[in-house]
Amino acid sequence: MSAEKEPLFSSKNIKLLTGPLNDSNPITVQVLGICSALAVTVKVKPAFVMALSVLVVMAVSNVVISLLRKTVPPRIRIIVQLVVIAAMVILVDQVLKAFLYDISKQLSVFVGLIITNCIIMGRLEAFALSNKPWQSFLDGVGNAAGYGVILIIVAFFRELLGSGTVWGFKVIPESVYDFGYENNGLMILPPMALIVVGVIIWVQRAKNKKLVESN
Amino acid sequence: MENLVNIFVKSVFIDNMIFAYFLGMCSYLAVSKTVKTSTGLGIAVIFVLGFTVPVAYLIENYLLKEGALVWLSESFADVDLSFLSFIIFIALIASMVQLVEMVIEKFSPALYSSLGIFLPLIAVNCAILGGSLFMQERAYNNIAEATAFGLGSGVGWFLAIVGIAAIREKIRYSNVPDPLKGLGITFIITGLMGIAFMGFMGIKL
Repeated sequence: MSAEKEPLFSSKNIKLLTGPLNDSNPITVQVLGICSALAVTVKVKPAFVMALSVLVVMAVSNVVISLLRKTVPPRIRIIVQLVVIAAMVILVDQVLKAFLYDISKQLSVFVGLIITNCIIMGRLEAFALSNKPWQSFLDGVGNAAGYGVILIIVAFFRELLGSGTVWGFKVIPESVYDFGYENNGLMILPPMALIVVGVIIWVQRAKNKKLVESN
Repeated sequence: MENLVNIFVKSVFIDNMIFAYFLGMCSYLAVSKTVKTSTGLGIAVIFVLGFTVPVAYLIENYLLKEGALVWLSESFADVDLSFLSFIIFIALIASMVQLVEMVIEKFSPALYSSLGIFLPLIAVNCAILGGSLFMQERAYNNIAEATAFGLGSGVGWFLAIVGIAAIREKIRYSNVPDPLKGLGITFIITGLMGIAFMGFMGIKL
């Protein structure tokens, strides 16, 4: 096994972890997993919990699939993947209901929708099926982190501009409101999440020319 | 009847799957390059949502909900299987997609060949699972309401994807800043369309 010779955090493995944060970010570059995510970005707190849930589901299911990769016949692999993911999501959902009940109410159906989040299926198909458990774990954590970062950035701006708070704490001082500043109610509405993501993509691609699409 | 129309219109315009909940965004972004293919996918989604949501309603009310198993035996009155709903709905969707595919192939080969590969793709479309889960959360009163909701959501999704595809076909000829090309501008247009759809908010039939 080459993994024994290779140090646990070799540069290649570090790349697996950090690549998804920028060059192959799941949301802005691979275009995966937008579905279930943006609706929970009105406030930072639920977005953070969502990002954490995705991270757990993704890391564990990546490892499980990677361990099973030699025993699962290719023909039924999709159903096996779905079962693994669904089982993990049920666990996460029950934990949230038990310990963070009010946030789990806010996330409502979106925890369940982690199952059909294409980023998880996508990484299982593209990576975990053909790589060792440790690498798959890093890949899962990296991609989920890249996903979570975008989620939290979007939530940060929407909460700051829309409600004047971050993580529920007031950050815009009262005196500014006295001057006539008002919270931008538009930021709380769903379409603004899309526009904020659009702007994030714009900024990222302006800085990173090789990501620019031809059409 | 009025109630049904109300639910239908509400799920088409106000609670639109794409603009209000971002469901099915993956295929929405990937397939919306031309109007023709997106029409195909949209119709397939209407079909599958229209079939899946009522069936999910039956499963929810006669199998999963607390006390839903009473029809089997009185002693099941406090059995609550709702934690199983994710896995059951996902299995249901996969099999419904298969079933709808076979039915369409049998009765309308022309439609089948025009839908092509889109039907199997739908199994992983979050709009379908999202529709079933919303149906569960909103607790509709009867199966007709659930069907109206399912069809309405499908039509809303169809409108959204055909609309964006038409705009993307045109925008190819305009001068978009380089970093915004492709994905970025699509996101922003979707956001603007969403704002337009917000105009329907507050409509009561």
